[in-house]
Amino acid sequence: MKPLHLTLAALALAGSAAMGETIATGDLGLVIERTTGAVLLVDQSDRAALARIEGLGDLSHASLVYSPDQRFAYVFGRDGGLTKVDLVERRIAGRVVQAGNAIGGAISDDGALVAVSNYEPGGVRIFDAVTLEMVADIPTGSKTIGLVDVPGRRFVFTLWDAGETWIADLSGDEAQITKITGMGKNPYDALVTANGRTYIAGLFGEDGLSALDLWDEDPKPRQVLPGYGRGEEPLPVYKMPHLEGWALAGAEFVLPAVGRHEVLWVDARDFTETGRTATHGQPVFAMARPDGRQVWVNFAHPLNDTIQVIDTVTKQVVHVFKPGPAVLHMEFTPRGHEVWVSVRDADKIMIYDTQSFEKRGEIDADSPSGIFFTARAHRMGL
Amino acid sequence: MRSLLVLALLGTPALADDLDPEALKRLVHQDCGSCHGLTLKGGLGPDLRVETLAHYDREGLASVILYGVPGTPMPPWEPLMSDAEALWIAEYLLTGESE
Repeated sequence: MKPLHLTLAALALAGSAAMGETIATGDLGLVIERTTGAVLLVDQSDRAALARIEGLGDLSHASLVYSPDQRFAYVFGRDGGLTKVDLVERRIAGRVVQAGNAIGGAISDDGALVAVSNYEPGGVRIFDAVTLEMVADIPTGSKTIGLVDVPGRRFVFTLWDAGETWIADLSGDEAQITKITGMGKNPYDALVTANGRTYIAGLFGEDGLSALDLWDEDPKPRQVLPGYGRGEEPLPVYKMPHLEGWALAGAEFVLPAVGRHEVLWVDARDFTETGRTATHGQPVFAMARPDGRQVWVNFAHPLNDTIQVIDTVTKQVVHVFKPGPAVLHMEFTPRGHEVWVSVRDADKIMIYDTQSFEKRGEIDADSPSGIFFTARAHRMGL
Repeated sequence: MRSLLVLALLGTPALADDLDPEALKRLVHQDCGSCHGLTLKGGLGPDLRVETLAHYDREGLASVILYGVPGTPMPPWEPLMSDAEALWIAEYLLTGESE
């Protein structure tokens, strides 16, 4: 009887512990610590770090997506590692090294599939979100960039070398691939609008971008801002811009120019240029505050100690400040009252009020790069 | 002999004063690393490990760093660094000390 008694007691204890310690993840987030292969679990409301989870491999240029319940993160490492992190139990729940050199990923609209974009071997691999077993392998023979999820259990991605965009439809048993050619020379990154309709690839090899209407039966690339460099010799680009943090401010997109110290404003409906704002350096991220009223811009080496804030009504820079050496990423709280900024060479995350621009706090982190709040779980294309 | 030559070149007082090896190492891994990977195994830019760079000599590699590779995303670093710094980075990569 004693063993049974003990077992019941243990069960009762375990049960009460589970009930008593319900952990809400809605205001949590993870910060990539790029040099040590760790992620820092952070609490947005408390402006604090809660735990460090180690053993994720090479996290340079790492990013992550969240499961729909905001419990698990899928972290995409540069070394091809795909790591599933449990935010509730604060541990690694699974890990596979799925390629030699990877660049990012996405999660399907139903949360069932995780896709990873690879440089080596070039292509996209798709995994079961529960088991991390590979369910589809889509070699492209090219470095792949700009992987996003769109409705209907589909993923869209683009080929750096070939200038093609592929749509992979995973709604059936087999992946159905649609290939769209003629996207332009050396697309370096891409974005999709929050409704999953418009996919825009930025081009490194030519002045301009290419847009696709994914609601079209047979999407065809449409040139956006062709020749925006006006034939001028581009300035050296010491860090490729990102379009992931694309900004849709009101009825306009705000995009970083390549090889020019400018952000470009584009009419979201007809893709014509509506303005330019001169910036401090080569923009890396131009990110809209969630309400669209401000765009925050950081810059490539060696001007990466500075952030400029642009008002989207006047298109003027309204605030400039220097958080510290090597500002790599910015993440807004879901409703935009604060922004978290990773300052790599200061080993800090700085937190600012976006109305007053006052500093609200800072958190120690080891060479922090990407900051990802769990609210991303409920947004498309991130 | 090669390392002696480097020492001789870099050992001149004016150059030695300008070089900060820790800052240059950081630059290589963190900033070159944004395209070539933190561990220099490649990314959008090519692998920079010793075996892949074997066909370069020090001066040739320094010149790629300083003047870039036209038609590719490799920018010229000449606006941001001295010849001595580029030679130091080339040597750092070619000796495998970077790995």
